[in-house]
Amino acid sequence: MTLEQILFYIFALGGIVSALLVVTRRNPIISAIYLIVNFFCLAGIYLTLHAQFIAVVQILVYAGAIMVLFVFVIMLLNLGDERSLRDGFSWKKIVAGGFGFGVLMELIYIFMIQSDSQTIEMTRATEIGTVEAIGHILFTQFLFPFEVTSLLLTAAIVGAIVLAKKNLD
Amino acid sequence: MVPLQLYLILSAVMFIIGALGVVTRRNAIIVFMSIELMLNSVNLTFVAFSAFLGDATGQVFVFFVMTVAAAEAAVGLAVVIALFRRKQTVNLDEINIMKW
Amino acid sequence: MFAYTPLIVLFPLLGFLVLGLYGSRMKSEKLIGILGSGTVGLSFLFAVLIFFQMLNVEPEQRKQILILFHWISAFTGSSSSFSVNIAYQIDQLSILMTLVVTGVGFLIHVYSIGYMHGDRGFWRFFAFMNLFIFAMLNLVLADNFLLLFLGWEGVGLCSYLLIGFWYEKKFTGDAAKKAFVVNRIGDFGFIIGMLLIFSTFGSLNFTTVFNNASLLTMGNSTILWITLLLFVGAIGKSAQIPLFVWLPDAMAGPTPVSALIHAATMVTAGVYMVARCSILYALSPVTMEIVAVIGVVTAVFAAAIGLVQNDIKKVLAYSTISQLGYMFLAMGVGAFSAGIFHLMTHAFFKALLFLGSGAVIHAMHDEQDMRKMGGLKEYLPITYWTFLLGALAISGIPPFAGFFSKDEILWKTFNSEQGSWILWLLGIFGAAMTAFYIFRLVILTFEGKKRFDHHLHPHEAPKTMTGALIILAGLSVVGGFVGIPHWSGIEHWLDPVFSPAQYKLMSGEHSGGIMEYMLMAVSVGIAAAGIYIARWIYLRRIEIVASIQHRYPRIYRLLLNKYYVDEMYDATIVEPAIKTSEEILWKIVDVALIDGIVNGSAKVIGAIAQTFRKIQTGVAQSYAIVFIGGILFVITWLLLK
Repeated sequence: MTLEQILFYIFALGGIVSALLVVTRRNPIISAIYLIVNFFCLAGIYLTLHAQFIAVVQILVYAGAIMVLFVFVIMLLNLGDERSLRDGFSWKKIVAGGFGFGVLMELIYIFMIQSDSQTIEMTRATEIGTVEAIGHILFTQFLFPFEVTSLLLTAAIVGAIVLAKKNLD
Repeated sequence: MVPLQLYLILSAVMFIIGALGVVTRRNAIIVFMSIELMLNSVNLTFVAFSAFLGDATGQVFVFFVMTVAAAEAAVGLAVVIALFRRKQTVNLDEINIMKW
Repeated sequence: MFAYTPLIVLFPLLGFLVLGLYGSRMKSEKLIGILGSGTVGLSFLFAVLIFFQMLNVEPEQRKQILILFHWISAFTGSSSSFSVNIAYQIDQLSILMTLVVTGVGFLIHVYSIGYMHGDRGFWRFFAFMNLFIFAMLNLVLADNFLLLFLGWEGVGLCSYLLIGFWYEKKFTGDAAKKAFVVNRIGDFGFIIGMLLIFSTFGSLNFTTVFNNASLLTMGNSTILWITLLLFVGAIGKSAQIPLFVWLPDAMAGPTPVSALIHAATMVTAGVYMVARCSILYALSPVTMEIVAVIGVVTAVFAAAIGLVQNDIKKVLAYSTISQLGYMFLAMGVGAFSAGIFHLMTHAFFKALLFLGSGAVIHAMHDEQDMRKMGGLKEYLPITYWTFLLGALAISGIPPFAGFFSKDEILWKTFNSEQGSWILWLLGIFGAAMTAFYIFRLVILTFEGKKRFDHHLHPHEAPKTMTGALIILAGLSVVGGFVGIPHWSGIEHWLDPVFSPAQYKLMSGEHSGGIMEYMLMAVSVGIAAAGIYIARWIYLRRIEIVASIQHRYPRIYRLLLNKYYVDEMYDATIVEPAIKTSEEILWKIVDVALIDGIVNGSAKVIGAIAQTFRKIQTGVAQSYAIVFIGGILFVITWLLLK
């Protein structure tokens, strides 16, 4: 068991557990905290894949900005515990659980059994994961989407302001 | 050497957990968080393939996904705020005007 | 000349169109009358011209067919096809019928100018009469069954229109409906007969069918059915038992209508049809027997009813039914030309009798009950004398027309292979009754004591009416001479038409010799006896009538009420039909079933929709569950491929 594998398993386990906890907690703040934990675990996994830039951006953007926004909104709305999580056994949950489980099993089947027996090696991962490499192709090959993204963000800002402001009439 | 399949299975598990969260929970904020979970699982898939196939395109795509997720989270939360102003609740069961 | 045949049919059609479209705006009755009669008169003229041309050519060349246009042309199968033309066939039989129809028709049209004077629907009357002549001419001149049927239906329609001419009165509408419905029953048989003809011979054309038929052997069962079904149509149209009930009621129409349609022309369509299909009937001895029996039974049956009726027109109506029975008797024993001969003479004297009765009714200000008449002969001399001639003709007194034709029928009934002395005896019995009832009518109406109200002041009819009476009386006198036995111009004239049938029947002329003259004497004697008894009872000993009524009340009432046939039909057919329609067809089939299905299917759709709308819960998460389910399905399907 190499260090790489051990780290992977730790972070993977952490990710799954924290994901489960996100989905099942009553208190939204607790859910948010566990989601942040999940993001950190994911960042760790990205690092095992030699994707440095993405890992850092993950923490900066997701854990640092988006989750902050979530927490702000939760506190703003002063949401309490979600009542009646107890009355769990509705048909909806069972059916949904069944469907989800089925899809999961099928996906696992596809990944494990259907794929080629030979394992793929990570040959160039270290080269492409650096900031330099990403930046290079981002500003040459994908320059246009990069610029358009700025428009998208502008639209989001305007939308968010319009939707959330108090009506002044 | 962690084989590719394990990364993919991890991603699938997180995705399903997120999907179940979307479908099951009644609090709108938690539903949003589950959606973020799903998006992240997809990001993981992209990065895994990008690393194993040696193509940086995957990671660039993840970059864009994150951007879009941020925008979507912002607008979505704005909607939740507006909704809360109207109905004083974020319980999705009570938001059913489009009922039969 | 033959090429002008379509004109004969065209003139009355033009008359109908012009009068129908513009008649209501024409103010002058004279104009309408001239137009209406003129068209028929022109048709008669052309018919006469064609007749004379026919006289000048050889008998074999006298038959001609003129095709106006192709009416129906359809392929029905691999090698068969169904095609019918509007085409007219001029031969000896059809020209004879045409002359009768247009000639008598013309006289009746002229008569109607006087009779219908002052009526609000004057123009409508002449329009319908012209339409009738058009349809009747199509019937007699057609060269195929379908065109004949077109005319057949057309005259039925005009009969309905004209019986119900005074539609403001309810019972005329009922009579018209009754005529149409009873006719329809007969037409049903006719249509099936036509279908059988087409399926057997592959064509509806007379020439094709009859040529192929003459190759068949006697006793063919298909031909039996064909002839039987066609005869059903004739029963309806020509008022034989059991479909005669419409004709007495049809007397509700104006008298010229009764004269033209219900005496001279329409009712003879059945006889014409049987004559035209003589070869088919000759091939089926069973049907011939049935025709003869029905004919003679109807003749006696109707004559008996006519003995006791009190309405002048009803007596004549039953007389018509009875005389039509004689014509069918002739057809049934194979004496086709005798039947047609009687058709012709009957047209003359029956039209005369009806028109004469019309003059009487006109003079008596619409009184039709004979018990309120009497002694009219000094007020209506022309009417009386012409009526008397007609009465003598129908009784079969020589040398008037009816004698020759009726005697010919009776002789052939006795003599031919298909006839028998029983039928002859019944025929003689009917002849006796005929003479009796017609002279009862004459005496009650014209002679004896006056039983009418003095204020009435009956006066003779105008010249338009009496002119027609005189001409018809003349024809009733001389019309019979074309059929003098052993010279028999009419039989020779019609011989080419009926020769295929006569060949099949192998009717040799048992030359009658003494037998023939003896029977002739018997029939004349019977007729004379009938007249004498009638005069004796009604002029001298009228109290005998009352005492007979007293002694045999049930028989008297049976006859007076027409054997209760109408009541029987009402109870057995009409009432059940009404009941079925109401209870079953309306309440169950229409309301419950059909409305139920239509409304029910709408309700079912509504119910289904009510169930399905519950899918729209409005909660987005339920939709998401369905998404996941869909993903599961797609992945499974792709895996399994």
